[in-house]
Amino acid sequence: MPTLATSPTDWPLHWIVLLPLLGAAINLLVGRKLARRTVHLIACGSVLAALLLSLSAVVGSLYPLWKASQTGGAAPELRDLFYTWIQSGSLRVEMAFLLDPLSAVMILTITFVGFLIHVYSTGYMAHDPRPAAYFGYLNLFTAAMLLLVLGDSLPVMFIGWEGVGLCSYLLIGFWFDKEKYANAGRKAFIVNRIGDFGFLLGILLLYANVGAVDYAGLEASLAQLVGANSPLLTSYAGTGLSLTFFAGLFLFVGACGKSAQIPLYVWLPDAMAGPTPVSALIHAATMVTAGVYMVARLGFLFLTTPEVMMIIAAVGATTAIVAAVIGFAQTDIKKVLAYSTVSQLGFMFAAVGCGAFTAGVFHLFTHAFFKAGLFLAAGSVMHAMGDRTEIMGMGGLRKKIPITHATFFIYCLAIAGVVPFAGFFSKDEILLGAYVAQLPYWPEWFGRAIWAVLAVTALFTAFYMWRLYFLVFAGESRADEATQRQIHESPATMTGPLVVLAIGAVLLGFLGLPHIGGLPNAFAAWLSGTFGAWQGTVLPEAHASTGTTITLMAIALASALIGIGAAWALYRNGPGALVQRLVVVLAPLHRWVANKFYVDELYDLLIIRPFRLLAKLLFAVVDRVFIDTLFVNGTGWVTRTFGRLARRAQNGDVQRYFVAMLLGVVGIVSFATCGKPRFEATTAGGTAMRFVADVGAGPGANGAKVEWDFTGDGKIDATGADVTWSFPAPGSHAVTLRVEDGLFREVKQLKRVITVAAVVLEAAAAPAEGAVN
Amino acid sequence: MGHSWLLPTLLALPLVGALLLMLVPREETTFAKGVALVTSLVTFVVSLLVWKWFTPTEAGYQLVCNASWIDALGVRFKLGVDGISIWLVLLTTFLVPLVLLSAWSAIQKKVKEFLIAFLILEAGMLGAFTALDLFVFYVMWEVMLVPMYFIIGVWGGERRIYASIKFVLFTMLGSLLMLVAIFYVYVKYGQTTGVYTFDLELLYALQLPRSAQYYCFLAFALAFAIKVPLFPFHTWLPDAHVEAPTSGSVILAGVLLKFGIYGFIRLAIPLFPHASYQFAPYIVALAVIGIVYGALVAFAQQDVKKLIAYSSVSHLGFCMLGLYAMNAPGIEGSIFAMVSHGLTTSGLFLAIGVLYDRRHTRQLADFGGLWAKMPVFAACFLIVTLGSAGLPGLSGFVGEFLALLGAFSAGDAIPGAGIWTAVAASGVILGAVYLLYMFQKVMFGPITNDQNRHITDMNAREVTVFVPLLLGIFFLGIYPKPFLAAMEPAVLKFVSVYQTKLADEANTVHLVSGIGPAAAAGEPTEPPTEPPTEPPTEPPTDRALRAPAEQAAPPTDGVLRGRGLPAGPSGQAGSAP
Repeated sequence: MPTLATSPTDWPLHWIVLLPLLGAAINLLVGRKLARRTVHLIACGSVLAALLLSLSAVVGSLYPLWKASQTGGAAPELRDLFYTWIQSGSLRVEMAFLLDPLSAVMILTITFVGFLIHVYSTGYMAHDPRPAAYFGYLNLFTAAMLLLVLGDSLPVMFIGWEGVGLCSYLLIGFWFDKEKYANAGRKAFIVNRIGDFGFLLGILLLYANVGAVDYAGLEASLAQLVGANSPLLTSYAGTGLSLTFFAGLFLFVGACGKSAQIPLYVWLPDAMAGPTPVSALIHAATMVTAGVYMVARLGFLFLTTPEVMMIIAAVGATTAIVAAVIGFAQTDIKKVLAYSTVSQLGFMFAAVGCGAFTAGVFHLFTHAFFKAGLFLAAGSVMHAMGDRTEIMGMGGLRKKIPITHATFFIYCLAIAGVVPFAGFFSKDEILLGAYVAQLPYWPEWFGRAIWAVLAVTALFTAFYMWRLYFLVFAGESRADEATQRQIHESPATMTGPLVVLAIGAVLLGFLGLPHIGGLPNAFAAWLSGTFGAWQGTVLPEAHASTGTTITLMAIALASALIGIGAAWALYRNGPGALVQRLVVVLAPLHRWVANKFYVDELYDLLIIRPFRLLAKLLFAVVDRVFIDTLFVNGTGWVTRTFGRLARRAQNGDVQRYFVAMLLGVVGIVSFATCGKPRFEATTAGGTAMRFVADVGAGPGANGAKVEWDFTGDGKIDATGADVTWSFPAPGSHAVTLRVEDGLFREVKQLKRVITVAAVVLEAAAAPAEGAVN
Repeated sequence: MGHSWLLPTLLALPLVGALLLMLVPREETTFAKGVALVTSLVTFVVSLLVWKWFTPTEAGYQLVCNASWIDALGVRFKLGVDGISIWLVLLTTFLVPLVLLSAWSAIQKKVKEFLIAFLILEAGMLGAFTALDLFVFYVMWEVMLVPMYFIIGVWGGERRIYASIKFVLFTMLGSLLMLVAIFYVYVKYGQTTGVYTFDLELLYALQLPRSAQYYCFLAFALAFAIKVPLFPFHTWLPDAHVEAPTSGSVILAGVLLKFGIYGFIRLAIPLFPHASYQFAPYIVALAVIGIVYGALVAFAQQDVKKLIAYSSVSHLGFCMLGLYAMNAPGIEGSIFAMVSHGLTTSGLFLAIGVLYDRRHTRQLADFGGLWAKMPVFAACFLIVTLGSAGLPGLSGFVGEFLALLGAFSAGDAIPGAGIWTAVAASGVILGAVYLLYMFQKVMFGPITNDQNRHITDMNAREVTVFVPLLLGIFFLGIYPKPFLAAMEPAVLKFVSVYQTKLADEANTVHLVSGIGPAAAAGEPTEPPTEPPTEPPTEPPTDRALRAPAEQAAPPTDGVLRGRGLPAGPSGQAGSAP
């Protein structure tokens, strides 16, 4: 049900999502019967259409609004209320979409890089037997990713969030006949689900406390809480920590899962089992950046909790350096790139954790181009090498696949951070942002510590990326004869996207020029449409002195060059003698790193095995032995045994039956009647007394009629088991309690004389111990 | 109140079909199947009329039929639907034709009897969902039991006798206690008002004293907890599922289990609100344990049917949790999750039935790599698996999300709601673990078993069974609003009646200071002779009354301590726009 545009900020954004979804539906439902060409056409066409539509929305409609906002207009936002998804009680979740400068960057990246990768795939997957499924999933992924970034509330983001996870699962395990691939897919999905658990708890926590799940509503409610100095923000549920601390932490757990941060990064390297274009699109350019997007999108929430920001920055920096170190010792081209991705995502998290949202998103944007390019180029290398991925068996590819080589060279410069390639600008901005970061309650040294870690990581990045470059393209080929003979450059459908992405890797950095001498930073200006409201108050990023900026830039550039130089020295002719010696000397360390610090094994030992064991144990012990054998079959056994015993009583001896019957009747009557009635009296102030009757516990007490005579005239003065009676004067009074049994209607009476004193009242009733029992 | 003929007609249709089947010669199996299928389809179409004539904005019972039946006992043949039961009625009529179609070639022996049993079962289920008279409800409840017993016991697998007897004994244990409680309520109401009736709407007004509520609630709750099944009353379910034929499993999981939750909503909670309130922490604990426990144990299974059976324990735990949130999102989520579970789990059982028909095994180890051979099946199986795992956009997510959301914001209704809900939410991860494990073992990897090399994909009949299910799963996931909207008035009414009754009860209970539970109950209408001497929020206990000296001391009953009764209707539920 398309919404008609009724105001200038309405725009049918849902079509951007629906177009790829439609492509997916066609290919998945009937694609098997279509020609390969048609499948390609539908898949690429739908993404291209989404790209054009996105461009039209951003350039045609959002840009004018943004311009107006620069001169004091309202925040630049396009909205689309598609339909109401869930409504229950006070909860209302709209299927609503929001296009603002932040989501504009995202959708343009997704559709543009996505389109290139679709095109590339038509070449790469040209001989796969199931094109319809592959392209269907790829389209479905694109739709889910677009939903994730366009959604205007956490639940809608969550649909996309899980949707991309599903497509990732399906595409990692696309060649499902290999058990290893299927396992990798499942691992990815489950680790992601652990993150999603955090995401879900975050949503629940926020809804339960502020009653909103859409971004605008959340922002307004949080602002209200801040304004009202709400106790929720100082000590939530008596924990001494703010509500946003918990919500932010849970949401960040979700981000960690999706964006492969410590401790949930283990799935991403395994995910390389999928087809290479999938690694480029999902596991480098788009899906894995969703966590960064989420933190940036909810910046207003995270900024209220500097503790969580600190955790984010620390996790990001740690992930960056750990993954870079692991990258040193990997010998599989895709694994190197995978750890590189984890490391670069760490950079982005460190940035947003430091409050440098613009820098984080800028790196997300440039990284999407050069990392997608790296993966696609790796795919082209694998194509040439007959699907081999072992870099120790490559080398000398420079001349044989020149286009791939040239583009790979550019991407490597970009990721290493060499001026003027895209990575230089974005990484530099992150380093600067970390260096000057100073959030409330942060220790002064914290931002600099993050900066130091990231600067070292930048050096490492340059080293392992250029190690990869030299091992693959430089020196002599180390491949066998047969492989060497069949090395060939990839078709134009594959090299074309490589070239386009390389152009992006060269040029895009200029969008975000550093803050020196009034250079324009178009990217920051654009994103100020989203971040402006919060950033101005918190972020000193743009206010760093020119001296600091230039010094930091020089350090970053120097570390990049040192890294490249070291790689050149060690690997320019393949793994040289020095490398061999180092590996021998540092064998234990090397083994440790090459095996990724044994984290997978550790998780296996600490989590997976105990989990399996627990599952088996619960089933075997609780279900089988405890409940079924003891509880259920045990009851059966007891019943049978009693039955066997009872059978002996049924021996036909009439005299014995008669005795039993008599005993039974006596028993029933004595048990069932009320028993001797008793009552207890206590003072109730003045001459009033409270009388409580005890009519016994047998079933006869059930419905017993209780009547009182306080005046001794034989008339009923009150009924009920608990009554209060005011005597006219102190002194002795005869009280009669009359109880009529509820079962046999047998009447019993009790008469007692009690003394009512004016001041001290003493109950002279039945013995107290008898009454109590 | 028009169209009062509709619900009785709906009930009668399957019975008429069953009667017709009796006239069909034994050998004419195809014709018999045709008759049964047409009957169930007609029933489905008629049930769509229920939907059509149902006013979603009304809270009360609609399309009510109130005919005299056994006047001497005050039993009336009273049927009706509200926003809660209508979806379960539709689920039932929707699933039965699919199940009959799926069993087309699977059932080979005593075909006619099978079909008759199935149609009687359908009538029983519809009757129990629409009954507004306690007596009618109980009759229908028992009517369902018998055909199910035969379906497992006659057409089941190797250990079918053990499984069917276990099924019947478990169910009867609960039912009989419930019957006693039903009579108690009936007699009590009669004694109090002089009118002897089983009419639920009248019985709702009965204020039972606390202790009586406890016993009655426990009797009802046991019957329903077994049906849900709530941990630890679940062990009949895996056995029943494994031994039942596919069709039996589908109906068992798809519809019969829902009577557990439905019973709590329709009977146990509104009749005994105070007891329900007091037992809520324990029930929630069992539900959450069930969610996690069911998921863990499902993961340990090698038999696919058992795995799905345990997954039901986990999923229905969410329904129970949401219900006890006692607010609109929680209860609507619970009902929605029931309907969704009816579709996804039926889908899972049907899928494994497809495999069983071909390979006569259900062991995970016997499969693997089937995707390449059965792409259409793979797609269907994948969608129902993901629906069951709660993927957003499919039906499973909406219900569980709402149930969790409701539970998390339940406030006083669930003590420690945050922690319980967080633990329950971990069931979402675990769901993905065991379901994907199952899917991978069956579909992925190389074909290791030679017998799977020539396995065929689904035929047209099987696809026909799946298509409506899949459409339902998608529709409920993408556009749940109309269903939720139609539930809302009934749910809000349920919540407000519950809370009003709870508050009334808290204000009046001290008048009949209970020396014995029944002594107080004998005179519930007697007006107070003196103003209340205790604050209403301090519930008296037997001990406090018998030793008046202790009266000033705070209540020592462990159940009551620390859980003040709500002052009146309040909380999330009332704040709907």
